[in-house]
Amino acid sequence: MSDLKKIRDEFISKLKGKLDLAELNQIKSDLFGKNGLVSSQFKKIGIIDFSERKKFASDLNIIKDELQDLINLKINEIEKANINEKLEKEKIDVTLPERSFVKGKIHPVSQTIDEISSIFSEIGFSVEEGPDVENEYNNFTALNTPDNHPARDMHDTFYLDDKKERLLRTHTSPVQIRTMLKDKPPFKIIAPGRTYRSDSDQTHSPMFHQVEGLNIDKNINMGHLKGCLNYFIKEFFEVKKIKMRFRPSHFPFTEPSAEVDIGYEINDGKIIIGEGNQWLEILGCGMVHPNVLKNVKVDPTKFQGYAFGIGIDRLAMLKYGINDLRAFFDCDYRWLNHFGFDPLDVPTNYRGLSR
Amino acid sequence: MKITFDWLKDHLKTNLKEKNLLEQLTNIGLEVESVENLSSDNQLFKVAKIIKTEKHPNADRLKVCDVNVGEKELKKVVCGATNASEGLITIYAPPGAIIPKTNTKLEIAKIRGVTSYGMLCSESELNLSDESDGITELSKKYEKNIGKSYFSKSKSNLIDLSITPNRPDCLGVKGIARDLAASGFGRLIASKEKKIKFKTKQTLKVKINKEKGQGCSAFGSCLIKNVKNTESPQWLKDKLISVGQKPISAIVDITNYVMLDINRPLHAYDADKIEKGIIIRNSKSGEEFTALDNKIYKLEKGMCVISDNKGVLGLGGIIGGTRSGTEFDTKNILLESAYFDPRSIRNTAKKLNLDTDAKFRFERGIDPLSIETGLKKAASLIQEICGGEVSKIDIQKIESYKTKTINFDVNSFENIVGFKISEKEIQRILTDLGFVIKKEKKFLKLTIPTWRPDISQQIDIIEELVRISGYDKIKTIDPIKDRSKSTLTQTQRLFHFLQRAIASKGYLETITWSFTDQSYNDHFRETNKEIKIVNPISSELGVLRNSIFSNLIMYMSKNLDRGFKDLSIFEIGPVFTGSNPGEQKTVVSGLSAGKKSRLSWIDKERNIDLFDAKRDVVQTLSEAGYDSDHFFIDSKTPNYYHPGKSGRIFLDHSKDKVAAYFGEIHPNILKKIDIKTENLIGFEIFLENLKLSRKTLKDQKLKFSVSDFQKSERDFAFVVNKDVEAQELVSVISNVSPNLISNIKVFDVYEGENIPDNQKSIAISITIQSSEKTLNDKDLEKINNSIIEAVENKTGAKIRS
Repeated sequence: MSDLKKIRDEFISKLKGKLDLAELNQIKSDLFGKNGLVSSQFKKIGIIDFSERKKFASDLNIIKDELQDLINLKINEIEKANINEKLEKEKIDVTLPERSFVKGKIHPVSQTIDEISSIFSEIGFSVEEGPDVENEYNNFTALNTPDNHPARDMHDTFYLDDKKERLLRTHTSPVQIRTMLKDKPPFKIIAPGRTYRSDSDQTHSPMFHQVEGLNIDKNINMGHLKGCLNYFIKEFFEVKKIKMRFRPSHFPFTEPSAEVDIGYEINDGKIIIGEGNQWLEILGCGMVHPNVLKNVKVDPTKFQGYAFGIGIDRLAMLKYGINDLRAFFDCDYRWLNHFGFDPLDVPTNYRGLSR
Repeated sequence: MKITFDWLKDHLKTNLKEKNLLEQLTNIGLEVESVENLSSDNQLFKVAKIIKTEKHPNADRLKVCDVNVGEKELKKVVCGATNASEGLITIYAPPGAIIPKTNTKLEIAKIRGVTSYGMLCSESELNLSDESDGITELSKKYEKNIGKSYFSKSKSNLIDLSITPNRPDCLGVKGIARDLAASGFGRLIASKEKKIKFKTKQTLKVKINKEKGQGCSAFGSCLIKNVKNTESPQWLKDKLISVGQKPISAIVDITNYVMLDINRPLHAYDADKIEKGIIIRNSKSGEEFTALDNKIYKLEKGMCVISDNKGVLGLGGIIGGTRSGTEFDTKNILLESAYFDPRSIRNTAKKLNLDTDAKFRFERGIDPLSIETGLKKAASLIQEICGGEVSKIDIQKIESYKTKTINFDVNSFENIVGFKISEKEIQRILTDLGFVIKKEKKFLKLTIPTWRPDISQQIDIIEELVRISGYDKIKTIDPIKDRSKSTLTQTQRLFHFLQRAIASKGYLETITWSFTDQSYNDHFRETNKEIKIVNPISSELGVLRNSIFSNLIMYMSKNLDRGFKDLSIFEIGPVFTGSNPGEQKTVVSGLSAGKKSRLSWIDKERNIDLFDAKRDVVQTLSEAGYDSDHFFIDSKTPNYYHPGKSGRIFLDHSKDKVAAYFGEIHPNILKKIDIKTENLIGFEIFLENLKLSRKTLKDQKLKFSVSDFQKSERDFAFVVNKDVEAQELVSVISNVSPNLISNIKVFDVYEGENIPDNQKSIAISITIQSSEKTLNDKDLEKINNSIIEAVENKTGAKIRS
């Protein structure tokens, strides 16, 4: 019996016994370590007689592979057993609560403003802003509402001085004036923002939000106004069809002026927009009065267009079924949590306004 | 403006139904606010007969009556009237009925121990007359009506219209009829003027003073002598009641009727109470008079008053005075029909805080040519109802009215409105509305009706035409999806980014009012000017906020009172630095209260602290594109922060503008407002102080370069004086060899055992890596030494061995 076979037989029988990881590693080192039994046999290859060399090398490789495989197999078995044993001990109650997290929310008015901006962005409007404190001229006079005009009665104004020169803007319309004074036509803007009237009850809050729209160009007519608002309402309420009614009205800064109603019905205590026989007033609009254009140095014989003003809080209430306007500004944690939006829900054109 | 269809029919011939009317009114811009049936409430009042009366067992003056109300069983009603006797036919109000005079609802009640099922009514209780002595006595004719409703059911509903301020003409029923007729709803009935015999001259002298700011330009009057002022006839009472007006006396009722019918306010004086003649003049400062509302008004200089020798009789076009008011025994009256300037009316009424029907009409503009029509209409009615002789009409004027014309280009209509109507239709509509048309070569020359002060230019004519044609004819032109300018500016984008970035860190967004409670504001005002609102809604909302904290802390406190303990809220919005337009800043302000990991089985519970807020701010700014490695932080903060536990952040070492504050809210403030929390941490980010990069995002991205050479991490511990800030060490280290030091992280601060009393140990981990080669031990040793040397030299620190 050759040395090789002896080594083989001896170790195969050793490996058949019950061994732990240390013993296996010992065997591995005895065989394949620097001076291991198998390793030293490899050193012999060079000095063996040429005629036997080939066979010897081949036998040696076979034995080496056989033993190596067996050892690896054994090691794997033990490692697997060890892991299984460990896993058995490590079982944990996964129904225990996760680490706590807090969810932030975006206020429904902010979300609604973003929805509105997204819709008007599609049809080429850009967003303008103006200050909350306005002078009497921008808020009234420039908008064709001179002092002593009865229309001023409709705006319960907060004043900041006794001469009534500085005030909290009663509507977003002064942004029209600022925009037109700053640039040259054409104009195509919306201006969302805070507005103020000294009025406070269930349906009126001393502060509320409006979005102003202004589109001035060479050939803008009432048909464009109707089309723009029809598009906006449909997109905003995410409905295919909308029942909408234009009704003559009066605002000093537009002529002709209109109020716009949308059809609705109450079904199971829930409001359904766009259908039904009830009318709900949602905005005021009209063709910008030539006097206003003159006041901002725009030639009314060359340029004309429309303007509109929409109550944002009202839109949010209708779309999201919020009953009480006052709650918007009450900061009740429960309300904010319920009606607020996840900050990742950014209204965009491609993913849609809402989920 | 309240009308009924019946009244409209005085001026409008139509076969159409009320339902069509309501639609049409709204369609032409006379918005229907509400429709109500006034008679539905009084249908409960029934004709009844007293069958038996007995003396009340516990009260001498009361009777217990058995009343037949048309039902099987008789009703027991307790009644105190002396005329309540067996066989009397009267009016019975059941429980649930509302008594018109007192507006109270009847209930089944025990009166001195006897249950009374309803009430027997006097005429005054039913507003039928002033007769309050005893219950109503009906004639035998009503015997067959027992059990039936006493009041006949009114056919006409009360229609309340919201008339826009540009349409004074529609504050008269006739004006509404004219608009309806123009729109094709019926035909306008031409008003017939009754011929009156003017027997005498108007002998009372009227003079309008020609003075600066005279508010009256024309004053028409006539004297009616020997009248007998009585109650109005039923038709007139019914008419006024049908639109919710209370009949008073024939003369007052007639003036009211003419006002409502043709929008011509009138005033009737008791001529015998006028001393000599009438002078219309500006008031003198301090003059007083008692008005018909029984209040004494003290006048300022320059108000338009009607006066006589003795003094002020009334405020022209606003309210008359008690001294010259008509009463039932008035014999001779002076009837006034004048034109008052809207501006003057409005100024005076505003200063005196007075609102009357006449004022409402005059300030919107009355038809200046209706002076005579009004006088004639009223005078003939007075003569008809009260008798008397009517004098000739006297009209004093200081300026005469000129009719106005407009040249109207018919093509302008389509240009503004987008659809076309024929010139023939244009002419028809305008004629129906009262315009006089003269056709010229290129345009129509239009004479504006005198009752339309709102019309002055071409656009107003276009409005009339489209309003009457119908807004439903306007086409819907779909918008084109095209954008030539970006929707948001860079600042607006940053606003939205910060808003959502803060919310994504667990803060609930709030929107609070831009005004606040002065006492809360004072805590956060610092050296800012207080900006008072002259007419606040309440004293608690009296100032514009100088900081968002004032509101946030108030609402935080409210939420804590609701039982929520761990809460983060924020707001992004304006704070005000002055009362001029533009003196405002946009601030993102957040507040957090309570603990982290409260009642956690896994994490250790701790108070929320300033490093939570600092993380939120730094992370947000860093997400918004500002490199936090460049931030400079120090501890100079406003007084409302805890002086030792707050900081401010600059975007870089140039310390140009404060980007943000963060820290604990000052404990004194928490104590003063008694807020119930373990801890309150806040931050403020100032939008306008964040520099906007001129580069777009694609240009901002630096070239991607990483080093694959081995990096080495070394830890250092330095002992420094307590007042040395960690930032100082980091700053020194980062300057040692910027190319080789890729990361510096402070990972421990230690004070106590083994460290001298006024010193602390700061442990810093530094990553060293070259982009050119693998550094060998020698290189690393060199850098280590330079780091230690630099820190020791510049901060007085000692390396801990």
